[in-house]
Amino acid sequence: MSRSARSCAIAGAFFLAFTAVAAADTVKLGRPALPEEIKAWDIDVRPDGLGLPEGKGSVTQGEELFQNNCAACHGEFGEGAGRWPVLAGGQGTLKSERPEKTIGSFWPYASTVFDYVHRAMPFGAAQTLQPDEVYAIVAYLLYLNDVVPEDYVLSKENFPKVELPNSANFYDDDRETTEKAFWNKNPCMKDCKAKVEITSHARVLDVTPDGAGENDKPAGAVE
Amino acid sequence: MNHSKPRAPVDRRRFLNLVGLAGAGAGAVAAGVRPAAAGATPDPDIVNIPGWTQSLGAGVNNHPYGIPSPFEKDVVRREVTWLTASSESSVSFTPLYALDGIITPNGLCFVRHHGGEAEIDPARHRFMIHGMVDKPLVFTMEDIKRMPGRTNRAYFLECAANSGMEWRGAQLNGCQYTHGMIHNVVYTGVPLRAFLEAAGVKPKGKWVLAEGADASAMTRSIPIEKAMDDCLVAWAMNGEALRPEQGYPLRLVVPGWEGNMWIKWLRRVEIGDQPWGQREETSKYTDLLADGRSRRFTFFMDAKSVVTNPSPQAPLRAKGPNVVSGIAWSGRGTITRVDVSLDGGKNWTTARIEGPALPRSMTRFYLDFDWNGQELLLQSRAMDDSGYLQPTKAELRAVRGENSIYHNNGIQTWLVRSNGEAENVEVS
Repeated sequence: MSRSARSCAIAGAFFLAFTAVAAADTVKLGRPALPEEIKAWDIDVRPDGLGLPEGKGSVTQGEELFQNNCAACHGEFGEGAGRWPVLAGGQGTLKSERPEKTIGSFWPYASTVFDYVHRAMPFGAAQTLQPDEVYAIVAYLLYLNDVVPEDYVLSKENFPKVELPNSANFYDDDRETTEKAFWNKNPCMKDCKAKVEITSHARVLDVTPDGAGENDKPAGAVE
Repeated sequence: MNHSKPRAPVDRRRFLNLVGLAGAGAGAVAAGVRPAAAGATPDPDIVNIPGWTQSLGAGVNNHPYGIPSPFEKDVVRREVTWLTASSESSVSFTPLYALDGIITPNGLCFVRHHGGEAEIDPARHRFMIHGMVDKPLVFTMEDIKRMPGRTNRAYFLECAANSGMEWRGAQLNGCQYTHGMIHNVVYTGVPLRAFLEAAGVKPKGKWVLAEGADASAMTRSIPIEKAMDDCLVAWAMNGEALRPEQGYPLRLVVPGWEGNMWIKWLRRVEIGDQPWGQREETSKYTDLLADGRSRRFTFFMDAKSVVTNPSPQAPLRAKGPNVVSGIAWSGRGTITRVDVSLDGGKNWTTARIEGPALPRSMTRFYLDFDWNGQELLLQSRAMDDSGYLQPTKAELRAVRGENSIYHNNGIQTWLVRSNGEAENVEVS
């Protein structure tokens, strides 16, 4: 081996050793997560039921829990109070001018109802409901949306059999194909239109705040 | 001290005075230079010595953490109260009309919460990685700041619902409201990849669930390719710690993708073999189309732009030389060109891109022009390095209908009237 080749080899060995140390250091930062810690935070539930805790609850139990914990905002029948979200109804409205997107009319998975109620509801008192209570409230919401009968008992075992009406109507982002025309490197620069007319004025609606709150709610508001 | 009142964003009386002055000297104004009139009165702001020249100002530690001049008191985030049922699950808007360049000041970055602003003691914050990994790990903030590979990057963060109220027509009067769910800052952090590699992702791990520590425990599923590519686990913005309302002490940065995925108060990532179908990727952040079906996982924010000046909150104040100023951005890459139209899209002029044009970052453009008082229909049209050209709202509606709520990147039109006032309109 020539002198220069050997020094290259030594340099290479040194470089490898150095990167190996760096990788080991990376792992040295942090510490192993304990099973109890993972269990405390890992409450997510997937559409295939992975993550569901042991437990069950009936529509009847759910109705009482819902009236006590949820109805003040969401209405006794999930119809929504004031501007709070509507949870039931709206079936068949998705093609209409004013769609009503609820659990029954829009949501694809019952697992999302369980997961979200358990993680984030009631608004202002999140993660206070026990798994049996969440099963019962989800059962009541499914009943309000005509997905299960009045005497239904929802459990970890029968959960994956529950199917929501709109589950088949979602598909992955297809903008690259359906909006292919928007990729246009040579757009029109001169005399692109014969005439231009104003078709819509914000001032006519006059809903922009000028310091005070406004009550006139227009379309398409975010939640 | 000076006793003038701070200027309101649209002070009608001052505005009319200025237009009146411009009208009186119209011939000279058109040329851009006012000759000194015979017998003109000297300007008292020049010939009288003001208080700030005669007496001492405040000492160097008057504001240990500096704040803007009181004359800028109207440059603030604003809320539109009718949009949402509760201020804790709501949005405020960046005052784009009053800003320039590409960096959004930290205190003016729009805010979107789902469970209010969590106040977290960084000493008690933990970041966990688990699921389909060889070794589930827990990190403290101190650990995170010792990680190798620290990175600084400027990125825009745009809410998926930015301009969402405008799908059915012109509704809100001001680019703060129509386009202000966006900010652009320099993040400091470590690639998410570094943590995933430390834990060792198993071959079946194809999705990452990121979760926040706030009362909404916000969760989103992110493809592993994106997580391994350019996502950052960030603790600083514009050189200082994240603001509490932006996720202090830790947030996820997901360059070019919809703001909802940029989980604030980041406490957990789980690796799995499928997406989780969380509320924020089923009920919300799915895009309903006219046929009743919905797109899901619409991650990219497409190329978009808006003229910030003039605009409804920032009218033209005088004839003669004026500057059209605006911002453009694209989640698919770098802005390569912005065209501006003064006549509602009949004719276009390519604007000047000024300052850094970085990938997935806000980009500033200008068009210097002479205004003779004619009515304008101002538009801007962005193009990115993928060749994507910002569409009109009509072109978007032709594909999507009017009920998709999110991802409205259609061309904005401002009507500028002959008195300089501007209004949000749509044109044919």
